[in-house]
Amino acid sequence: MSPVAAHSNSKQSGLSEYPEHSAESPLSIHAMTVAYHKKPVLWDVDYDAPANKLIAIVGPNGAGKSTFIKSCLGLIPKASGLVEFWGQPYRKVRSRIGYVPQRESVDWDFPVSALDVVCMGRYRRIGWCRPVTRKHKVAALDCLELVGMRDFANRQISQLSGGQQQRVFLARALAQQAELYFMDEPFAGVDAATERAIIQVLRELKNSGKTVIVVHHDLQSVPEYFDEVILLNMRVVASGPVGEVFTETNLHKTYGGRLTLLSEAAEAIARTESGV
Amino acid sequence: MPLRIPILFHANMQHSIQEVTDEWPRMSEIIETITFRAGYNTGMVIGGTALLGLAAGIIGVFALLRKRSLMTDALSHATLPGITLAFLFAGTFGLESKSLPVLLVGASVTGVLGVICVQLILHHTRLREDAAIGIVLSVFFGAGIVGLSYIQANAPGDSGGLNHFIYGQAATMRVGDVVLMGSIALVAIMATLLFMKEFAIVCFNDAFARVDGWPVGLVDLFMMALVVLVTVAGLQAVGLILVVSMLIIPPVAARFWTDRLSVLVLISGIIGATSGYLGATVSALFPRKPAGAVIVLTAGCIFVLSMFLAPKRGVFAHAIRRVSVRVKVAGDHLLEHVYESRQSTLTSDDFANFARMQGWSPLFQLLIRFALRRENMLGSKTRSEIRVTEAGLERGARVSRNHALWEQYLVSHADIAPSHVDWSVDMVEHVLSDELIHELETALRNQGVDFPPSLEGVG
Repeated sequence: MSPVAAHSNSKQSGLSEYPEHSAESPLSIHAMTVAYHKKPVLWDVDYDAPANKLIAIVGPNGAGKSTFIKSCLGLIPKASGLVEFWGQPYRKVRSRIGYVPQRESVDWDFPVSALDVVCMGRYRRIGWCRPVTRKHKVAALDCLELVGMRDFANRQISQLSGGQQQRVFLARALAQQAELYFMDEPFAGVDAATERAIIQVLRELKNSGKTVIVVHHDLQSVPEYFDEVILLNMRVVASGPVGEVFTETNLHKTYGGRLTLLSEAAEAIARTESGV
Repeated sequence: MPLRIPILFHANMQHSIQEVTDEWPRMSEIIETITFRAGYNTGMVIGGTALLGLAAGIIGVFALLRKRSLMTDALSHATLPGITLAFLFAGTFGLESKSLPVLLVGASVTGVLGVICVQLILHHTRLREDAAIGIVLSVFFGAGIVGLSYIQANAPGDSGGLNHFIYGQAATMRVGDVVLMGSIALVAIMATLLFMKEFAIVCFNDAFARVDGWPVGLVDLFMMALVVLVTVAGLQAVGLILVVSMLIIPPVAARFWTDRLSVLVLISGIIGATSGYLGATVSALFPRKPAGAVIVLTAGCIFVLSMFLAPKRGVFAHAIRRVSVRVKVAGDHLLEHVYESRQSTLTSDDFANFARMQGWSPLFQLLIRFALRRENMLGSKTRSEIRVTEAGLERGARVSRNHALWEQYLVSHADIAPSHVDWSVDMVEHVLSDELIHELETALRNQGVDFPPSLEGVG
């Protein structure tokens, strides 16, 4: 690419000007590159998330799905690029963002109850050095109710099953009362009851106008659960409405020659097409 | 010159051991000391050390939960070079070289430096934390010993008391020093209680805390600062080798007794305070007996008791639970066997055979029969056979059905098999939905597998 061409390119979508719709888009990523130990994990990601949609990030292992979320949230430093939320930098809008980390990222033998964990979602409302009052506990209990875990409020978290722990994490994010949610593999290793509870919560979030971005590993359920999809393999292979983007060609580009996965995907696509 | 050091320590220790064996304190003396009536100075020392134990127990909880317990060991050992440097250079800045605040500032500086070194090694090399801590701890401590030997050689008359920082000497503390120690402890306690919520969220899930807008780095730094404060404050009373135990043992022991953070902080504080109190008392009763050692031994005893006796997490409770689950599962298997062989009695031969195939020891067989009889699953036993009651047969039927359904579930739904489900113990009806069970039943019937119908609601 000649210097002139590069320049004109940057005028259109690069750092010098914001794309027109970025103020409405809950998440706009421009030219984001992330590297671990000099090895790039994500290359030149450009993405604008539409508001009020359920968005899945799918891709093979090591494609950088979690890294995508974590670098948007500033948990992993970016090598370059710009991430904005509603046209503003992260630190100005963090009270509008909720987060469900991977379940394995914490020590579940921590001496707290399910309710205590959900209350953590209220901490920024409570503020420095103030105790958790009744009002906040009631709000946290309501969030546990939404994920069907109210009866387990006083259980120590290590005594919950994996799916129940995942639901507690989801309840904590609900307690954050955000507008944009990032969820890292909420469906990984959960039982059927939990999967149903989570997808119901996701739909309720969508109905109340929120946007949810979910790292997802199960290609089969993408058309059923999500409106939009980001196909990721170190770069954004394709992104957009599931009906348009979730095609065999794109999945081939994303997953390469992994046949078992692709046959699953083909089945899923067939179902979407018959559904549409 | 360094050669003189071991000799010096050796002589010192021998001296103190002799004194201890020579004179036991009288009963009245013991009671006076325990009840804070052995004079103003002794009372202050005991109160101050107990307060320090309280502070260490409380802040130690967060060091443990943040998995920084061993880091505090590197920190405490790294204080020694700071103490010697402060002693040597205080004079040049016109300060009293043996004043405690000066020495403690020196201790804090190299202590923090030690922690920074560990972090640098972790950040820039592929070494693991244990190796990094081991290196920093020994190198800094070595530097401190060199410093001490230098002071011993060049200012022998002046250096008395410096080696108290190694083993700790609560009884010889001056009132001013105790007040300093106590105030630092009080500040640490109040700060920890004030910021408990923030510490908890950072310790439990730092990534979430960061996204939620909390300055995780700052909170971490503040927690470490409190650990430094408590460590440095405890140097003179407990000694730098053992001060770390005041931060580690109380929270670990307390963890056996509770699953609540606030209760954990409370119990840990109480254990710390008790150990501090007893340590200082013994140190006062046996002159020159290091308080640190007694504090560690007290805390250690509480830890051992907690480990074995705690009602839920203790070793005994755990063992009892494990055996009772095994007995229950084995009993279920026995009843299932009886049900599936379509009998209502169990001949002794049959039982012996089954027990041999299951690998049950004679003691375990007795336990199973005892447990089943207590639940009225087994009836009277004659020489040649054991009678199985109605309830026992019903239980056998349920277990048989349960196993059939679980097996089918594992075959057809392995990908979403819930974790934490105990296949033998949990009844399938309590875990899976009705529609799924119906689906499993249909699958079994299609394969021509014979299994008992649902007995839910019948018994």
